[in-house]
Amino acid sequence: MAKRIDVSGLTAYYGSHKAIEDISMTIEPRSVTAFIGPSGCGKSTFLRTLNRMHEVTPGGRVEGKVLLDDEDLYGHGIDPVSVRREVGMVFQRPNPFPTMSIFDNVAAGLRLNGKYKKSELSDVVEKSLKGANLWNEVKDRLNKPGSGLSGGQQQRLCVARAIAVEPDVLLMDEPCSALDPISTLAIEDLIGELKERFTIVIVTHNMQQAARVSDRTAFFNLAAVGQPGKLIEIDETERIFSNPSVQATEDYISGRFG
Amino acid sequence: MSHAAIADKRPSTLRGASLPKWTPWAIAAGSVALGLGISAAAGLDSKIQWALMAGVLFVTGTYVVAARVEGRRQAKDRVATSFVWVAFLLAVIPLLSLVWATVQRGTKVLDVYFLTHSMGVVADSEAGGGIYHAIIGSLEQVGLATVIGAPIGVLTAIYLVEYGRGNLARAVTFFVDVMTGIPSIVAGLFILSLMLMWDMQPFGFAGSLALAILMMPVVVRSTEEMLKLVPNELREASLALGVPKWRTILKVVLPTSIGGITTGIMLAIARIAGETAPVLLLVFGNPFINNDPFEGAQASLPLFIYQQYSQSAGSTAAYDRAWAASLTLIAFVMILNLAARGIARWKAPR
Repeated sequence: MAKRIDVSGLTAYYGSHKAIEDISMTIEPRSVTAFIGPSGCGKSTFLRTLNRMHEVTPGGRVEGKVLLDDEDLYGHGIDPVSVRREVGMVFQRPNPFPTMSIFDNVAAGLRLNGKYKKSELSDVVEKSLKGANLWNEVKDRLNKPGSGLSGGQQQRLCVARAIAVEPDVLLMDEPCSALDPISTLAIEDLIGELKERFTIVIVTHNMQQAARVSDRTAFFNLAAVGQPGKLIEIDETERIFSNPSVQATEDYISGRFG
Repeated sequence: MSHAAIADKRPSTLRGASLPKWTPWAIAAGSVALGLGISAAAGLDSKIQWALMAGVLFVTGTYVVAARVEGRRQAKDRVATSFVWVAFLLAVIPLLSLVWATVQRGTKVLDVYFLTHSMGVVADSEAGGGIYHAIIGSLEQVGLATVIGAPIGVLTAIYLVEYGRGNLARAVTFFVDVMTGIPSIVAGLFILSLMLMWDMQPFGFAGSLALAILMMPVVVRSTEEMLKLVPNELREASLALGVPKWRTILKVVLPTSIGGITTGIMLAIARIAGETAPVLLLVFGNPFINNDPFEGAQASLPLFIYQQYSQSAGSTAAYDRAWAASLTLIAFVMILNLAARGIARWKAPR
């Protein structure tokens, strides 16, 4: 299950534009790592390089290494499709498939990959929805469309969909930025439970959230608009928020800039 | 108490004088009466003249009255509103009169006998006969054209939206644009040149090929627009689950947009169902029932209408048949459109 990620010397481009430069870090298994930093500093771009979603954007390419338990995701002969099965992702805005029911949304990963036993499917759906703390709210309307749920429920549906394929790592790109405080709390509680089973990486603009949910925090920054984003420091969340080793981190966290 | 007193004394800056609701109707009635009166006095007997006069009187009348009572901004608003209404009426009148004329003249001979018999033993100048042969021809030719044109069109659109990058995609887009502008007769001549090369006689499938050429760009364009409407987030959600791109397109993108794509295809079918020129060149027309689109001349509804009207000048029976066939064709296209709307509503993502 949960796997360690080792990134070394990672640089990502959009066409000729360098979005992030020379990032190296280690992401521990069964822990929550939060990425913070000002808009445009490449947090999301970096997150998307971790499951090869970056190259889905036209012109997107990557240099450097991302090791998932010693296997280089950008190595020769690696199939990005298989990578994405092991490194799941939850997006900023809830995006359930509009043509599918709640059940089908959760089952989508298994069904679309074509590798499942019919008898197991409903067990997997139930387990995933329970894992996403959504089961009690939707168990009586599994055949209703997923888009009929509230925003927070939709986002938990997306989490259920992502964990249904049993990934090793779960990437979350600002999963609460479109949600109200109550739904945000539900997602944060969920993150706390999920880290028992998965390696979790979360991008957030909300520093309280980073402090609440994460074990380690990475601060990204960019020198100026148009310059590539860089990793400033990564450390235990407690240290980052109490006694960071770089001045820029402290400035950012205390709201003095950015 | 004092507040109310002050408020009463001050003139409201928010409320202005306004005309009663019936004013436009009154002005309209007045201008029609005046228009009729002027044309009667001047001895003009054309309907268009008094209607134009009434229209001009209505617009100027509305402006003058509204400007005096309500102010210039409201007057301009009313004039703009009346122009919109005039444009709407101008657009609807031809449509309604066309449907009216076709229904009125088409229902004369339109019955079950007419729909189930051919013109095989009926001379064009005689009464009787029917359009069964033309319906069969139309259905087969349009059906085959759809079988060829729709998949190619949809696949081209999928290429352009999901895969197309760089010069090839630009070239395909350019040629689709060019194809949209091809006159139907040119498509017909293109297939005819091939037929002449291989020394072939007219047959239904040749018409289908020309119709497919006409259909393809329409399908590509509409499908492209529909695929672009599918949010990118859905594609990414699917890809992030480890679903391969082709399955993402097949199971997420297409189901999300299938309603719109179907509507586009139906409208393209409606467009080619009325084409006459390529059918005239390639299928030639045939008063007998020919069920085989791959062998021998066939009839088709638009071609039947054209031939009944042109080749038997002066025969009322032929005219009536042409109108009845027109009504059948319009009904066919309308049913297609309704079906398309139904499918779009049924398949729309909820």
